[in-house]
Amino acid sequence: MAEEMRIVLRNYGKIDPFKLDDYLAVGGYDSLKAAREMDRFELIEEVRAANLRGRGGAGFNCGAKWSFAYQTEADQKYVVCNADEGEPGTYKDRLIMEGDPHSLLEGMAICGYAIGANKGYIYCRGEYPQAVNILKQAIAQAEEQGLLEDFSIEVRQGAGAYVCGEETALIESLEGKRGEPRIKPPYPPISGLWGKPTIVNNVETFANIPAILENGAAWFANIGTPFYPGTKIVTLTGDVVNKTFFEVPTDTTIREIIYDFGGGIKDGKEFKAVQIGGTSGAFIPAANLDSIIGFDHLVSIGACLGSGAVFVLDETRDLVDIAVQIAKFFSHESCGKCSPCREGTVRLQDLLDKINNNQGVAADLPLLNKLGKVMSYSCFCGLGQAAPIPMLTTLEHFPADYMAKIG
Amino acid sequence: MSMEYQKILAKYADTPGGMLEAFHAIQEELSFLPEEAIIEASKVFGQPAIEAYGVAGFYSMFSTEPRGENIIRICESAPCHIAGASRVVASLEKELGISMGEITADGKFSLEFTQCVGQCQATPVITINGKPFYDVSPEAIPDILAEFR
Ligand SMILES: Cc1cc2nc3c(=O)[nH]c(=O)nc-3n(C[C@H](O)[C@H](O)[C@H](O)COP(=O)(O)O)c2cc1C
Ligand code: SF4
Ligand code: FES
Repeated sequence: MAEEMRIVLRNYGKIDPFKLDDYLAVGGYDSLKAAREMDRFELIEEVRAANLRGRGGAGFNCGAKWSFAYQTEADQKYVVCNADEGEPGTYKDRLIMEGDPHSLLEGMAICGYAIGANKGYIYCRGEYPQAVNILKQAIAQAEEQGLLEDFSIEVRQGAGAYVCGEETALIESLEGKRGEPRIKPPYPPISGLWGKPTIVNNVETFANIPAILENGAAWFANIGTPFYPGTKIVTLTGDVVNKTFFEVPTDTTIREIIYDFGGGIKDGKEFKAVQIGGTSGAFIPAANLDSIIGFDHLVSIGACLGSGAVFVLDETRDLVDIAVQIAKFFSHESCGKCSPCREGTVRLQDLLDKINNNQGVAADLPLLNKLGKVMSYSCFCGLGQAAPIPMLTTLEHFPADYMAKIG
Repeated sequence: MSMEYQKILAKYADTPGGMLEAFHAIQEELSFLPEEAIIEASKVFGQPAIEAYGVAGFYSMFSTEPRGENIIRICESAPCHIAGASRVVASLEKELGISMGEITADGKFSLEFTQCVGQCQATPVITINGKPFYDVSPEAIPDILAEFR
């Protein structure tokens, strides 16, 4: 049976998040001290060698990203933590912030030293007032003891916009504006917050950093699959016995997640489909359950690890009904900046609604496919590009659900 | 009321990009963003009024219309949806005598949809004034509401 391995959740439930002394007692802030003894370039090389890839969805090598900001000369640089966590079915970043806030702060401070930034922001979604409260207290305690030295961290709250999880939209929002994505390039490490070099990393990415420095890059690079080493927090929802979270090495299979950790399908029913990566993720059929969750393995089966959310559906579920609900999410969350997404998400919802209400015709299916394909290559940002994926993958793997509703 | 938001805005005037924080703080006091507050914010942050309106309108947690004293939000994302969120909606509508998107006549409650609030270990989820309630069943609604009546 597959086993849990806790790196980012190493202190979760074991220390009191309100007590800095608890964190210090388990070696907290030692990695920051050690980092400050290192040459910045070597520190970044160490992070790069660990091959830690971003846990926010895009899977970019963390050390490589830091090196761009390090190399860019500027009078001011910023470290931004993406704690917007809006992907439905996901609550991993909340667990870290509420259970072990200092490991996030320590990771950010290490990044600040590495790239030469003295200011950090945590952009936390407005739906997490408890996390904001814990973070603010943790920052005050760390600053009071001088642990962060000249690095200061401020918490800012989002206000209910999924697109603000996209890094350039997040930056716009931090600047006090509407959260509409910017054109890339320039990428944030070159020109980000207020036009300054900015590192945006996910909460889970930062929380890995202290452990990597403590145990060494080679230790980390050898955990899980070599192409996407380390662990991943998985949040399991839907028709499983245990709706819960766990942290597993990245060579764990989807089957192990559902059956070993999730206890299998609820009420003795059969498995039908699983959606990985949150609401923008692909629906995966039973044939692919033995794939491991490592980033590239999922890409090879037409899926994406995304946030690590795993949403399981049993044999009785109607995937058209679920696709409608997801389409509604995207038409609501589209920021409206570009027309393929602003219009496309509404049309997608209309067409799916029509089929779900038994008013669809056979010609609607190729139309859906075409709409989805056009959106996936013409939308301005990842939101619109991913919006048709749930529809496209349910249509590909579960056409019977659609056919049953088309006379 | 006017004093209230002017004081709040003054507090954030020197915070770079502080408009969102200021709007959160105003809503904390007034439950919504009155037009005068938005116009005042544009002056405080040195922006044209259209920018301040743009911000107020962009984010789903900001409201330019008055809202109930207690704001009930129901998660309609897929995990909550399949766990029976629509039955919880029906129960709330019946118990309060209003439909989604409305305010009770006594101004005590607003009913709003939301997307995932990150408490998916215990679907379906509702929040009241930001506080989550877990594994909510239609039958539990009267007891949950009693606390706020
Ligand atoms: C629509 C959209 C939503 C996103 N939401 C999040 C999010 O909630 N949290 C997050 O960390 N990254 C999110 N991302 C990815 C970020 O743009 C960015 O890649 C990430 O913050 C980089 O951090 P990492 O390298 O540590 O993963 C989102 C991307 C898109 C296109
Ligand atoms: S794809 Fe959608 S969310 Fe992204 S910029 Fe275009 S309209 Fe906005
Ligand atoms: S899906 Fe409803 S709280 Fe996450």
